[in-house]
Amino acid sequence: MSYLIKGARVLGGEAADILVRDEGIAAVGAGLDAGGAEVVEAGGLIALPGLVDLHTHLREPGREDAETVGSGTRSAAMGGFTAVHAMANTDPVADTAGVVEQVWRLGREAGYCDVQPVGAVTRGIAGEQLAELGAMADSAARVRVFSDDGHCVSDAVIMRRALEYVKAFDGVVAQHAQEPRLTEGAQMNEGEMSAALGLRGWPAVAEEAIIARDVLLAQHVGSRLHVCHVSTAGSVEIIRWAKSKGCPVTAEVTPHHLLLTDDRCGGYDPIFKVNPPLRTGDDVAALRHALADGTIDCVATDHAPHPVEAKETEWAEAAMGMIGLETALPVVQEAMVETGLLDWAGVADRMSYKPARIGRLSGQGRPLEAGSPANITLYDPSARRAVDPSAMTSKSRNTPFAGLELPGRVVATFLRGRPTVLEGKLQ
Amino acid sequence: MNRHLISAADLSRDDALLVLDTAEELAQIADRSIKKLPTLRGRTVVNLFFEDSTRTRISFEAAAKRLSADVINFSAKGSSVSKGESLKDTALTLEAMGADGVVIRHGASGAPHRLAGWVRGSVVNAGDGTHEHPTQALLDAFTMRRRLGDLEGRKVTIVGDVLHSRVARSNVLLLHTLGADVTLVAPPTLVPVAVGTWPCSVSYDLDAVLPKSDVVMMLRVQQERMNAAYFPSVREYSRRYGLDGDRMAQLPEHAIVMHPGPMNRGVEIAAEVADSVRSTIVEQVANGVSARMAVLYLLLGGSEPAIGKGVSE
Amino acid sequence: MVNAASRPDEPVEVRVADGDPRPKAVLEGPDIRRALTRIAHEILERTKGGHDVLLLGIQTRGVTLAERLAGALREVEGRPVPWGSLDVTMYRDDLRLRPARALGRTEVPPEGVDDRVVVLVDDVLFSGRTVRAALDALNDLGRPRAVQLAVLVDRGHRELPIRADYVGKNLPTSMRENVKVLLAENDGRDAVLLGPTGGAK
Ligand SMILES: [Zn+2]
Repeated sequence: MSYLIKGARVLGGEAADILVRDEGIAAVGAGLDAGGAEVVEAGGLIALPGLVDLHTHLREPGREDAETVGSGTRSAAMGGFTAVHAMANTDPVADTAGVVEQVWRLGREAGYCDVQPVGAVTRGIAGEQLAELGAMADSAARVRVFSDDGHCVSDAVIMRRALEYVKAFDGVVAQHAQEPRLTEGAQMNEGEMSAALGLRGWPAVAEEAIIARDVLLAQHVGSRLHVCHVSTAGSVEIIRWAKSKGCPVTAEVTPHHLLLTDDRCGGYDPIFKVNPPLRTGDDVAALRHALADGTIDCVATDHAPHPVEAKETEWAEAAMGMIGLETALPVVQEAMVETGLLDWAGVADRMSYKPARIGRLSGQGRPLEAGSPANITLYDPSARRAVDPSAMTSKSRNTPFAGLELPGRVVATFLRGRPTVLEGKLQ
Repeated sequence: MNRHLISAADLSRDDALLVLDTAEELAQIADRSIKKLPTLRGRTVVNLFFEDSTRTRISFEAAAKRLSADVINFSAKGSSVSKGESLKDTALTLEAMGADGVVIRHGASGAPHRLAGWVRGSVVNAGDGTHEHPTQALLDAFTMRRRLGDLEGRKVTIVGDVLHSRVARSNVLLLHTLGADVTLVAPPTLVPVAVGTWPCSVSYDLDAVLPKSDVVMMLRVQQERMNAAYFPSVREYSRRYGLDGDRMAQLPEHAIVMHPGPMNRGVEIAAEVADSVRSTIVEQVANGVSARMAVLYLLLGGSEPAIGKGVSE
Repeated sequence: MVNAASRPDEPVEVRVADGDPRPKAVLEGPDIRRALTRIAHEILERTKGGHDVLLLGIQTRGVTLAERLAGALREVEGRPVPWGSLDVTMYRDDLRLRPARALGRTEVPPEGVDDRVVVLVDDVLFSGRTVRAALDALNDLGRPRAVQLAVLVDRGHRELPIRADYVGKNLPTSMRENVKVLLAENDGRDAVLLGPTGGAK
C-alpha cells in the first residue's frame, strides 16, 4: 500500500509531498507523482516525525480497568505517537524478561504503535535488590530504559550499581527523583497553596536533592542518567550545571508541567493531583526555557490513567497522575510554539528525535526523508477545540485539561507506512 | 449556586459581623428555661463525622436542635463508611435523605469542599484535616468580642503547632477580616514554609510577644510531633512555648487566655493558667453553641443562605 | 442583603417616583402623640391601674412605640412601667420566603413576663402573622397572666383570628396600598404614610 501525502509543511517549513511506499518514505519533494498511491490531502497540515513517548503508563498487566496496551496505544496513535515506552510499575512489575516480553508482544499484536517496555531497576520496584537488568536487555523486548518510576531509587548504592550495570548494554536509568523521607504523605507542591489548603507539602528540594546526587553519581561512574518529569526551576539549574560539566544526563518534562500551576489545586479536585506535583508559575517558566534551550531534552507525557473512582474522592485518598497522550502535542503547541519558544523543527526534536535516541529506538525518531521508516504525524495547528474527556480514546478520563481550549489537532498518524489514524479517526 | 461555610475566608467582614451579632442575640436563649426556637422546623441537618470529636459534634447537635432542626447523626464508625464506602457514595445517600445542611468533620483536608460539589444542601466545615475549622474561629472571635469588645486593632497571639492546626488557619483568616493583628508563635518547624503570604506576623519568641498581647490562644500540641522531629522533647517544647503562671504574669491586665481544647495540661498550658480568671476555656464551649446556631440559622433559615460562598468545581 | 432596621413585610422607605401618586400622610406627629396618650389611658382603665403591666415592643418600630407608651403611662400614673423589646424573626412563618436576616434584640425587663399582663406593641396590624409569631415567642419566655395587643394603625386584611385591644387609628386600606409608620427615633420624623405598593423595594 502506498500513500502520497500532498502539500504538508514538513516540520512547519515549505509545503512538500511525501511518498510513502510499503514501510518507508520513498521520496519527499514538490509535485510528486501519485502513481497509483492513495492521496492524502495535507494542505495546511504540518508533517512531523512520529512522536515518541519515553514515559507512558499502559497499566497492563494488573490494572486493565484503567488502561490496556490496546487502549493505551490507540490513545497514543490518536495523539500522534508511533512509539511509547511502557513504564514498569505494573502488577506484576516488569522486572523480569517474562513480563517485559509479554508487554512487548501485546503491543505488537495491538499494532497501533510500538510498545517499548521499560524494565524495573529493582525487584518489585522495592528499591532493594537489582532486577535482572541484563535478562530484560537480552530479551525479545530489548529493554534499554530502566526505571522504578512511581518510586525513587533512593538508596545511593543501589543507584550507583544500577547506573554502572546498564553500561554493559548501553542502557539508561530513568530516575523518578523524589527523596522519600522529605515527601512522606506529601500531597502537593509545598508553598503558598499547600499552606492555605492544609495539604502536606511536597518540597522542590525533595526532587532537586536526588537529581543533584544522581548527576554526581552518573558523572563519577560515567553512565547515562535520564531524569524523569523534571518539575522545578532548581532541578533545571542542577541539570544545566551537570551538562556544562559533561555529565551524560538527559531529562524530560511533561506537558502538564509546562502548562499548569499549583493554584489549580485550590478546589481540591484530585484531577490535578500528580507526582511530581504541579509547581509554581516560576517553575513553569523555567521548564519552558529549559526545554527551548535544550537543558531539558524532551517532552514525555507520564500518561497515567486512573479509573473514575480513584479521582472522585478526597484529595488525600486520590490516586496521583493524569492522562496525556492525546493532549501532548496541543499542550506543547500552546506552551512552546505559540509563545515563540520552539518552532516545529524544535517540536520534532523534543518529541521524536531526542526521546528515540535516549530510548535507543533505531526505527523511530528519524528525519522525514527518503529511506526513513514512514513514521509520520500530520497535524493541523490552526484547529482549536475545548478538551472533552468523554471524547478520549484512552480508557480513562482523568485529564487535567478538561474544558480548556487548546490549539491543534492530530489529523493522521502513520506507523511504518500504515495509517493508524486518518482524518482524525482511528483506523 | 448554593453557599457553604468551608473556610473562614468565605466570610466577608459584613458576613462575619452578622454571624457574631446573631450569635450574641442567640446567646440569650441559653439563659432561658425554654432553649428552643422553631426557626429550622422541618429542616434536616446531617452531622457527618468521619473523625471522632464528641465535643464538636455535641456542640453542632445542640445548635441544630435548639433551632428545631431534624438532626441525623452519621458517624463513620460502624457505618458503611468504615467499610470502604466512598465520600461520593455518602454524598449521594445524603441527597436521598434530603439534607438541607451537612456538617462535616473529616480527616482529609478539602473533604467538605468536595462534598459541597456533590450535594445540594449547604455544607458546614466542622474541621477538615489540617485545613480549617471556621466555626471554631467564629466562636473564638465571639468569645474575644464578649470579653474585649471590638476586635479592630486587637493583638492576638496564637501559639503552637500552626503547621497542622486547622484552628490556627481559620483564626488567622477570620481575625484578619475583623481587623485584629495576629502573631503566630511556634518553633520554626511547626510554621508553614509560605507563612509569609499569610495576613499575620510570625515570632519564635513567646516572651517578647506576650506583653503586647490582648489575647493568647494556645494550640494543642500532639506528642507524635516529637517523634517526627518537629521538636526534641515535650519538656523543651513546654519550656520554650508553654504558657505557665510566670509567662501569664507578663500579659497586660485585661488580656485573656484561650484554648480550643482538648488541653494538654502541663504541656502547652499550665493548670494554674487554664483555671485562672483570664481563661475563657469554659466560655468557649458555651459560645460554640451560640456561634453554630448563628451559622446554621444564616445558612438554612431563609430562602437562601445569607452568608458563605459557593464552590466552583 | 439583611437590613436590620426594616421589617420584612414593609418596604424600607416609600419612594416617590415620576407618575407615582405621592404617599399621603394620614397621621402626623401630633396625631400620633394623641393616639398614644389615649392608648395609655385605655391601658390603665382596662388593667385597673396598670400595676402588673409590662410592655413588649415588637422589633423595630414597636419597640420605639413601647418606650413612648411607657413614658406616657409614667406621666399619667407617676411611676415607671416596665417595658422591653421582642424580636420575632425566629418565629416568623415566612422565613423561607426570603434570605435569612439579622436578628433584633429581645430584652425582657428583669421582672420577667410570668404572671404579668403583657401588652404587645406594634406599629401596624395587618395580616396578624407578626402577632402570631410574637405570641409564640412570648410563650417561650414565660407564662403571662394575660396578653394584650396595642397597635398604632390597624389597616385590616387579617389572615388569622387576631384583633387588637388598643388601636391608635383604624385605617381602611386596599391590598394595593402600603402603610408606613415613621418615627422620629428611627426615621427622623413622625408620620403614618399611605401610598401605593411596589414603589419601594
Ligand atoms: Zn514518575
